Amino acid sequence: MTGALPPPKKKNPQLRQVVPTLPPQMRSRAALGLTAAAARGAFLLQHCAECGAVQYPPRDACSACLSVELDWRETSRDGRVIAETRIHASPDPYYRERLPWRTGLVQLTAGPTVLCHLHGDIGRGDAVRMDLKLDKAGQGVMIALPATRSADMADDGQLRALTAHPKHRRVLITDIRSPVTRPLIEGLFRAGAAQIFVGESESWRRGSDHAAIAALDRVSVLPLDVSDAASVSRLAAEIGGKTDILINTARHVRPGGVLGADTVFAREEFEINALGLMRLAQAFGPAMASRTADGVNSSVAFVNLLSVHALSADPHYGAFSASQAAALSISQTLRAEFRASGLRMINVFAGPTDDEWHQPLPPPKVPAAALARSVVEALCEGLEEVFCGDVARDLEARWRSDPKVLERELSGGGA
Amino acid sequence: MKRQDYSGVVVTAPVSVPYVRYSRETAHWWIARALKQVLAAAGLKPRDLDGFSVSSFTLFPDTPVGLTQHLGLSPRWLDSIPMGGASGVVALRRAARAVQAGDVDVVACIAGDANRIDSFRQLLSSFSRFAMDASYPYGSGGPNASFALIADAYMAEYGVTREDFGRIAVAQRANALNYPNAIMTSPLTLEQYLAARPISEPFGLYDCVMPCAGAEGFLVMREDEAQARGLAFARISATIERHNAFPEDPVQLRGGWAVDVDELYEMAGCGPGDIDLLQTYDDYPVISMMQFEDLGFCAKGEGARFVRDHDLTIAGDFPHNTSGGQLSAGQAGAAGGYLGLVEAIRQVTGQAGPTQVTSARTAMVSGFGMINYDRGLCSSAAIITGDGR
Repeated sequence: MTGALPPPKKKNPQLRQVVPTLPPQMRSRAALGLTAAAARGAFLLQHCAECGAVQYPPRDACSACLSVELDWRETSRDGRVIAETRIHASPDPYYRERLPWRTGLVQLTAGPTVLCHLHGDIGRGDAVRMDLKLDKAGQGVMIALPATRSADMADDGQLRALTAHPKHRRVLITDIRSPVTRPLIEGLFRAGAAQIFVGESESWRRGSDHAAIAALDRVSVLPLDVSDAASVSRLAAEIGGKTDILINTARHVRPGGVLGADTVFAREEFEINALGLMRLAQAFGPAMASRTADGVNSSVAFVNLLSVHALSADPHYGAFSASQAAALSISQTLRAEFRASGLRMINVFAGPTDDEWHQPLPPPKVPAAALARSVVEALCEGLEEVFCGDVARDLEARWRSDPKVLERELSGGGA
Repeated sequence: MKRQDYSGVVVTAPVSVPYVRYSRETAHWWIARALKQVLAAAGLKPRDLDGFSVSSFTLFPDTPVGLTQHLGLSPRWLDSIPMGGASGVVALRRAARAVQAGDVDVVACIAGDANRIDSFRQLLSSFSRFAMDASYPYGSGGPNASFALIADAYMAEYGVTREDFGRIAVAQRANALNYPNAIMTSPLTLEQYLAARPISEPFGLYDCVMPCAGAEGFLVMREDEAQARGLAFARISATIERHNAFPEDPVQLRGGWAVDVDELYEMAGCGPGDIDLLQTYDDYPVISMMQFEDLGFCAKGEGARFVRDHDLTIAGDFPHNTSGGQLSAGQAGAAGGYLGLVEAIRQVTGQAGPTQVTSARTAMVSGFGMINYDRGLCSSAAIITGDGR
């Protein structure tokens, strides 16, 4: 069984840092369906709409009846390893640095044979649970996992390369005042995080959580104002080289539509929610992107908390929704820009959070603890897109089904 | 319907252009050298050649069409056989039918490939769409890793050991020491085979071929044409070809030969006992062992016992891959799919020189090609006969 991953040794500053390389990233358009499923933790394969045959590898026509109607559907993850190998030679630079590497053939109970990465605890003959995960190239790949979970299974080297697990990593949470910060710290430590930096703006007026958080072991509260480029740069100069995970909890919310709103408040929302993300990425991104192959505590993810109304505006929070849509768009560009490094951009979408600025709204609202759980889960599982809570999941489903219908419903036209 | 025989058509002018490990020369250069030699053997000028069949992985951006202008040919019949290790037999059977039907008089069948530094990695990463999507991103071990999985399942299913595979590799090396063009020139013992560094378990170094550059070729023509030109020739007794056989098998433990082998012997009017020498496609010894079974030389699952009970060397009771096969002669891309056939033509026409099997008259050649995702998709085989002169 996988042994617990020991904490990394102190780095020798005289050694050259390993330059990030990526596994092969070319894919056909059909295969991107695996990537889309992996991004949100789903296990989807193509099913023929006419005859039901399950297909793998992804293709453009059914190999049983030639129908071109192939739907991506949730599929059983069960299978059995029928062959295994340990690769000792590869012409690919990414794998050369990581040899030996284990792969296997898994016969799915759903039918097809899948060539996949093998978790260290399994071999030929074993029953397995298949998972689709994003690799360092940001592409969906298959990995066979033990059918039953064990304590340190996430520490397996091949699995860890597919996640953004916080264990032994150092995390920056950008805003001490966010209600999610406190439960996030607890969740990250439970997952094995080594150290947590917490940003605090306007230190002269400390929030109610300050004393409790500042007193925590392995937590440092540091000055950070995401609306101030100089402040962000100062902190990046100090801890940018040891920030393995950045979680942006800073946000500014004011209720109200667009017609009656003060543009001063709107500007503040854009400054913090959209441009703040941009400043953080500009200051921390390059250093993080250069350290994605830096051993056990390599940099691994940039996490962004968004309102699900980034997808479709809530007219009661007009300017805020606009700032969230802008932040989502910026995150997509950053994802493209981080691609060559393997640094993962994770977006966690939530419905109305249970805080002062959503006080008059009816439940369900997302408790801070639930949002924190989603963030930690996204890191541990290596997801790229997470919808936290019933409201966000419901809105996502409606948005996928028809964005225009959703827009009309959100503007009060639904029954 | 009963298949028509290949009467009146022969295969002749076997040519092997010596391989090199790395070369800056292009596929065009290698193909030109093989073509020049087969035409010289028949006393033909390039402009007079009316049929041309080409197999190559490294012609890009050209196709055989571009080659006609590049090489100054003006054929009325042009074929491109992109089937890797099955290419030789498939080129032969297509050319034979065209000659037989009178669509063409002489077909030059040529396979050749370049091998520059790093060209193998580039070939692997975009070998096929399924490879790009579903095998290469998983450790990027290339065919070594994919066939290691097949070997692992095969060994578990039939109780085969690495020693059993080793016997095939060691015998081929012994044969290669007699073949002047072989890339491998030092002897190999079973101990060395077993102690080799691992490549992709269960495979070690000597389970794998050496990618290199080179070319092979032969001519297909009417028998009277060959006689008029004074060429030693072989007749074609039977051929088979199959693609994507047994798609429901979860892992490849048998190849397409098992579908068509009865027809092969029936058409040839002979059985396994009549074969004087066998040239299998040996990208890995496990695949040769699979061919011993699927081509009827032993029952399924008896391959290991078969290699224990037989001497696979040139002077042995079951001469196999007499020029060393790809494992010892080298794999020059698509030319690897020609190596066995060209050697078999030399053998049954008495031109094999230092690798000559005594009184070899009937040879079987089998091909195997194109690991598209998890298995080789193309299989082919032919039985050819000569009068040993």
